[in-house]
Amino acid sequence: MEIRFSKKGSTLIVAFSGELDHHFAEYARNRIESELLKATTRDVIFDLTGLSFMDSSGIGVLVGRYANIRRLGGKAAVICRNRRILKILEMSGVLKLMSVYDKPDDALRALPGA
Amino acid sequence: MQPVNEMKLEFLSKSSNEAFARVVAAAFVSQLDPTIEELADVRTAVSEAVTNAIIHGYEDMIGTIRMVCRLYERSVEIEISDEGKGIEDIEQAMQPLYTSKPEMERSGMGFTVMESFMDMVRVRSEPGKGTTVTLYKTFSSERK
Repeated sequence: MEIRFSKKGSTLIVAFSGELDHHFAEYARNRIESELLKATTRDVIFDLTGLSFMDSSGIGVLVGRYANIRRLGGKAAVICRNRRILKILEMSGVLKLMSVYDKPDDALRALPGA
Repeated sequence: MQPVNEMKLEFLSKSSNEAFARVVAAAFVSQLDPTIEELADVRTAVSEAVTNAIIHGYEDMIGTIRMVCRLYERSVEIEISDEGKGIEDIEQAMQPLYTSKPEMERSGMGFTVMESFMDMVRVRSEPGKGTTVTLYKTFSSERK
């Protein structure tokens, strides 16, 4: 699994690729946490477009980061078109916490700090 | 009913084997010519069951996980078992969002995901002896 970061204003875009399971969850968590600490991030977009696989271990990664983003007053959004991953996000209640968009640009338009 | 094919696999409860197990299960099941969607359902459910065995069954120890796949005419039965600590209360463990390990950022959705992607999930467990999760799925008859 790979994670790439990019920044648009105060919005951090976290782009995942490969497979996100329990094996990679801790790595993902650590990478994102240290990026969040770096500064000036308010809102976060989790771009799952590049994921070929995600199971419920991915939920913990997103929801765990969400708590920290909220603490700093930010919002989170998800980019995902994979039907199976969307179903997992929906049944675990993630979509009640963050909005889902087809493309990063759509999410950027909806987030105030971008 | 006699299976048309069967395989058994044993591997250590290391997280790097989660991907290995789901790939092997999918490769074996693909003999039945399921749709890509059905195959992805199997991969996800197997990943959840194996992850549970690693995190909850064996916790920090390394043990053996056994996977048995039985293929029938249009269906599959996948048994994933560990000889770990077992589940005290299966009904509670299967509740959506219930997790015994919130500090590890576990979502408590493992069984719910298995149930939603497979036709049926059966759990047998004995505290101190281990857990066996059996996943059942029938594939659509139209072949793609």
